[in-house]
Amino acid sequence: MNWGGWSEFLAMGGYGFYVWGSYGVSFALLGLEVILLMKRTQQREAKT
Amino acid sequence: MSATIKWYWFASPQSFFPLAGTIARVCWLGAALLAAGGLYVGFFVAPTDAQQGEAYRIIFIHVPAAWMSMFLYLVMASWAAIGLALNTRLSGMMASAIAPTGALFTFIALWTGALWGRPTWGAYWVWDARLTSELVLLFLYLGFMALQAAIDDPRRADRAGALLAIVGVVNVPIIYYSVQWWNTLHQGASVSLTRAPSMASTMLAGMLLMALAFWLYSIAAALTRVRCIILERE
Amino acid sequence: MIAAARCVVARDLLLALRRRSDVATALLFFVIVASLFPLGIGAEPNLLRAIAPGVIWVAALLSSMLSLGRLFAADHADGTLEQMLLGAAPAGVVAAAKVLAHWLVSGLPLVAIAPLIALQYDLPAPLYGTLVLSLLLGTPVLSLIGAVGAALTLGLRGGGVLLSLLVLPLYVPVLIFGAGSVDMAAAGLSPQGQLQLLAAMLVASAAFAPWAIAAALRISTE
Repeated sequence: MNWGGWSEFLAMGGYGFYVWGSYGVSFALLGLEVILLMKRTQQREAKT
Repeated sequence: MSATIKWYWFASPQSFFPLAGTIARVCWLGAALLAAGGLYVGFFVAPTDAQQGEAYRIIFIHVPAAWMSMFLYLVMASWAAIGLALNTRLSGMMASAIAPTGALFTFIALWTGALWGRPTWGAYWVWDARLTSELVLLFLYLGFMALQAAIDDPRRADRAGALLAIVGVVNVPIIYYSVQWWNTLHQGASVSLTRAPSMASTMLAGMLLMALAFWLYSIAAALTRVRCIILERE
Repeated sequence: MIAAARCVVARDLLLALRRRSDVATALLFFVIVASLFPLGIGAEPNLLRAIAPGVIWVAALLSSMLSLGRLFAADHADGTLEQMLLGAAPAGVVAAAKVLAHWLVSGLPLVAIAPLIALQYDLPAPLYGTLVLSLLLGTPVLSLIGAVGAALTLGLRGGGVLLSLLVLPLYVPVLIFGAGSVDMAAAGLSPQGQLQLLAAMLVASAAFAPWAIAAALRISTE
C-alpha cells in the first residue's frame, strides 16, 4: 500500500475524520485505562 | 499428585500475586508488539477497498474489539461460575478484574461501528442486529459493575455479580437471536459490516494481528487489575 | 411442598390485598405511560395503530419492573424472608410461590387492562387476542426474570434504578417476541412462531428461575 506522502495518509481518501476519529478515541481510551491502572497500582503499593 | 497441589497453590491470592505480575509484564510487551504489527499491516500492506475506499480500515479496530467484548464476557462468566462452584476468592476477583476491560472494548466496538456506519450506511447509529446486541452487551457489563459497586461486602459483591454474570451469559445467545430476528423483520436488507469488503488475505491478517494484540492487552490489564484488587482486599 | 407453596401464595395475596394502593399504583402507571406516547408523538391514527403493540408492551414491561421492588423488600426488612429460607420447604418453591403471587397481583391486571389501552390506540379488533395472549405468556417471564434481579439487589442503596439496569437487558427478548407477535398478526401473518417462543421462554424460566432466585436470596441474606 503506497501512500503518496503524509497528507494523503492523514486524509484517508476523504474519510480521515472517521478513520482517525475511530483509532484516536479507541487508543485514547485504552491508554486511559492503562494510566488509571498504573495510578491504582502506585497508590496500592504505596499503602502496603 | 504434585501437579494438582501446584495448581491449588496458585488459587491463593498471595501466591498468585507475583505470577500475575510476571505474566502481565510479558503480555503488555506482547500486546504492544502485535499491535504495531497489526497496524502496520492494516495501514501499509492491506490495499484500498473497491467499495468503501479507505473508510473500511476501521475494521482493524472494530471487529477485534467486538470479538474481545464477547470473548471477555464469556471468560468473566466462567471465572464467576468457578468462583461460585468452588468457593474460591481469587475466581471472583478475576471476574471483577475483567469486567471494566470488557466494557471498554464493547464501547470501542460501538463507537467505531458508529463512525464506520456514517460514511458507509449514511447514519451514525443504525439498528443493525449486531450493533444492537453489542449495545445490550454493554448494558450487561455496566449492570455487573454497578451491582458490584453497590455492595459493600466483597464476598457478597463477588457472589452476586457471579450469579448475574451467569444469568447474563445464558441470555446472550437468546438476546442475539431475538435481536437478529427483530432486525430482519424491521430493517430489511442491510449491509453486513464484515461482508461488505471482500476479505483479502492481508485484511484478514491485519484483523487477526489486532485481535491477538487486544487479547494480550486484556490479559495484561485484567492481571494488573486483579493485583490491585488483591492488595486492596488482603 | 405444595402446601408450603399454597401457604406462601395465600399470605402474599392477603398482604397485597391489604395494601391495595400499591397494586393500583402500578396499574395506573401502566395506563398513564401508555397515554403519554400519543401526547408526545402526535395522534395520527395510522401511526398510533402501528406503534400500539410496542408501546403497550413497553408500558407493561416498565410497570412490571416497578412493582418488583415490593417482591422481597418487606419480608426482608422484618426478617420473615430469612425464616422462610431456613424453613422446611425448598427455597426454590418459596421463591416460585412468591413470584406467582406477585404476577397474580401485578402482571395479570395488566393483561386485563391491555385491551382498553388497545382501544385508545385503535388497534384492529382481530389483534386483541394476540395481544392478550402475548402478554399472558410474557408477563410471568418478566416477573420470573425480574425476581432474580430483585433478589440480587435486596437491601442495596439505589435499589430501584440499579434493578432496572440489571433487568432491562434481560427483558429484551421477551419484548421483541411479545410486541413482534402482534406486529406479525397486524401484517396478516401468523403470530404462531413468536407466541410459541414466548411459551418456550415461560417454560424455561419457570424451570430455572426459581433456582437462580433462591441462590440470589441466599447470597443476599448471608
